[in-house]
Amino acid sequence: MFGLNKKDSILMIAVAALALLAPFILNIFPNDSALAFFNAGYPDLMQRFVIFGIFAIGFNLLFGLTGYLSFGHAAFLGVGSYAAVWMFKLLNYNVVPAIVLSIVVAAAFSLVIGYISLRRSGIYFSILTLAFAQMMFVTAYSDLLGRWLGITLTNGETGLQVYNDDPQILLGNGPNVPHLFGLEMRAKEVWDIGPWEFTLPVGYYLCAVLMLASFYLAIRIFRSPFGLMLRAIKSNQTRLNYTGLNSKPYTLAVFVISGMYAGLAGGLLACMDPLAGAERMQWTASGEVVIMTILGGAGTLIGPILGSGAIKYLENVFSKLNEGLLHDWFGFMPDGLEGALVWVVSKFTGEGWHLTLGGLFMLVIIFLPGGLVEGGNKIRSWIQNRTGRGSPPADTASTPAE
Amino acid sequence: MSKFTTTRRGLIKSGVVGGAGLAMPTIFTSSAFGYTNEPTGSTVTLGFNVPQTGPYAEEGLDELRAQELAVEHLNGMGDGGMLNTFSSKALKGNGILGKKVQFVTGDTQTKSDAARASAKSMIEKDGAVMINGGSSSGVAVAVQGLCQEAGVIFMAGLTHSNDTTGKDKKRNGFRHFFNGYMSAAALAPVLKNAYGSDRRAYHLTADYTWGWTQQESIAAATEAMGWETVNNVLTPLASTDFSSYIAPVLNSGADVLVLNHYGGNMVNSLTNAIQFGLRDKIVNGKQFEIVVPLYSELMAAGAGKNVEGVIGSMNWNWQLQDDGTQAFVKSFGEKYGRPPSNSAHTCYVQTLLYADACERAGTFNPCGVVDALEGFEFDGMGNGPVLYRAEDHQCFKDVLVMKGKENPTNEYDTLEIVEVTPRAQVEYAPDHPMFAGGELGACNPGA
Repeated sequence: MFGLNKKDSILMIAVAALALLAPFILNIFPNDSALAFFNAGYPDLMQRFVIFGIFAIGFNLLFGLTGYLSFGHAAFLGVGSYAAVWMFKLLNYNVVPAIVLSIVVAAAFSLVIGYISLRRSGIYFSILTLAFAQMMFVTAYSDLLGRWLGITLTNGETGLQVYNDDPQILLGNGPNVPHLFGLEMRAKEVWDIGPWEFTLPVGYYLCAVLMLASFYLAIRIFRSPFGLMLRAIKSNQTRLNYTGLNSKPYTLAVFVISGMYAGLAGGLLACMDPLAGAERMQWTASGEVVIMTILGGAGTLIGPILGSGAIKYLENVFSKLNEGLLHDWFGFMPDGLEGALVWVVSKFTGEGWHLTLGGLFMLVIIFLPGGLVEGGNKIRSWIQNRTGRGSPPADTASTPAE
Repeated sequence: MSKFTTTRRGLIKSGVVGGAGLAMPTIFTSSAFGYTNEPTGSTVTLGFNVPQTGPYAEEGLDELRAQELAVEHLNGMGDGGMLNTFSSKALKGNGILGKKVQFVTGDTQTKSDAARASAKSMIEKDGAVMINGGSSSGVAVAVQGLCQEAGVIFMAGLTHSNDTTGKDKKRNGFRHFFNGYMSAAALAPVLKNAYGSDRRAYHLTADYTWGWTQQESIAAATEAMGWETVNNVLTPLASTDFSSYIAPVLNSGADVLVLNHYGGNMVNSLTNAIQFGLRDKIVNGKQFEIVVPLYSELMAAGAGKNVEGVIGSMNWNWQLQDDGTQAFVKSFGEKYGRPPSNSAHTCYVQTLLYADACERAGTFNPCGVVDALEGFEFDGMGNGPVLYRAEDHQCFKDVLVMKGKENPTNEYDTLEIVEVTPRAQVEYAPDHPMFAGGELGACNPGA
């Protein structure tokens, strides 16, 4: 289907189904139950899931295929956001020009940075990208370029926003919030079905469709001769060079593609919430996408999406577990035990969610070097062994030609 | 392998069928809401969005304490605090409009992006009808914009930038705290008396909306009384070490250092300045002085002995002697064993003011609340008579000028009140140039 083999088609369909049904799957707990706290089916978080999914898919194209570890990818996400907000400020709130420009600008930045950084590989490449990203972060955070030009370019720490007195030359009577030819991004359909409440936001579905397109493109790149060349670079670039092949155009191409994915993600972030802050370019944000990819499984197709989902879920749901809630939950226990348990658990929730993430990351790295995908594979083969239907391992299964 | 794919497909299929089956017979009760998050049950949810990490974390945690206390008092628990002294008697201690008050909390991380994400989750997931908090004007401006778009009320916590009720003002947003202009208007006469009218000031300024507007206000007010502004250096909010910014001050010929810093920033920059021995220097034949235009108890506690003799301004202080202050300090002290800071006070008051406005309006509808708060005059909340001005949603009240105490008797006794600047002296026209450019727009009830 669509030039994919059977296995990839199934993966694609599974991801599409998950993405389209996410508003239902993520709100699995009835609204008035105690577990409703763990629901994640509200617009902002669902949008983050797919947007950071795009970001991680793009990052994985570079890191998973070529092994080049870029430590400054958030910079492209940031410029994408700034480009999108500038489109809102200058033209109108239509998301199409915003998304297009965010991809173009990110491509331009990644071309320049990639051209310079890719002169080195390994740790030197990582440090170069990190240095460029930090330069861009500081420039945006203090709006150095804007100050030098005498205009507001990034609006520094406050973040770039749209004001009523901005030109918005195409605005006319159009909506005053981001929209797709009149369809407002923050519009949503709420279904109350029994005790459940499901929210179907327009913005989420736009992001989900773009995520599926990005995912499809990523599959095609993975399976293409170009993708094979990238894997060759990962396994032994020196040998490849000795065979007389110039590998640099390939790495630069994939670096730019990966930057464009990040730009798309940044543009979408701004479309869902028209404000661009410099913090999203900081090195911690760059580190986050590395963690997402490794947590999910670098070099696998579905891994980055799983990883980004896991991290965004922890960040948005675990960080809201405060001590009051914990006391409610553990209230049935004897006082001393309850106090002790709340004290311990509270260190890992609320503002301590990073500790949970760190622990999870360590466990995955130590026991599942292949990320969550490897965990899934292990569980699958364990089940298959138990049921006694020892099917052959995945690698030797023949995949029929298209 | 093939086994697995069928299983997964089967799983998805059954999921789709099951979902459709569930959805089919049920009546879709999706109804048109009157406004965003209209509370339909027996409870109403408020969202408290404060920095729990980052340079303003100390302030945020104190705000959270006060917000929890306010919820207790609204629900009729505890001793009622300022409800007993508040001039409006609409609140009965049975929640708001008979609904028990619940709250959810979020961490702004002192970052605009993160603050908007956590506010969004409180509005979209938890159904908050009001967001209260902040501790950075950048965050407050960002969240205020979000609340306007989403159709909920934003009761700003600690935000001191002129822009919050100036060029970034919004119809759904309200600020009880004072601002940079008011600080400057209150400080200038005191500074003139203390240090004379012939001074050269060097500004270090936090590089975002609050720092910019406060620096502009202080520079304008001090220049009007004869001071000269030697230089203004912008420092990133995330900085933790200010030595490299302090060193050039020594050679600039300035004899006053104005630190437009707050929270952890101010603690660090003041400590650096003291370490460099700035306050022991004699420049231009005058004793070198340091001014911190916006003070707080938590900063003073963090900076310890370094604040001795340093002048600054505050919105409120626990040492005031009026009934409202005493009632609040008493119930806060009994619950937490410490006096409240001025950021705690403003969040507490804002929560009560919101509840009172709902009660008087008879609805949680943001437009009703806006009408009830605009032009509202009240007393008994620790600041004397206060007006919520309709034109820009800024509260007007007396401003305190404070000084670091020379011989503190205990760890909370770090500041003393130098002067209570009357409200008339800090008032300004809504179209003052420092506040021009924005418009409130229309109130937005959301859905």
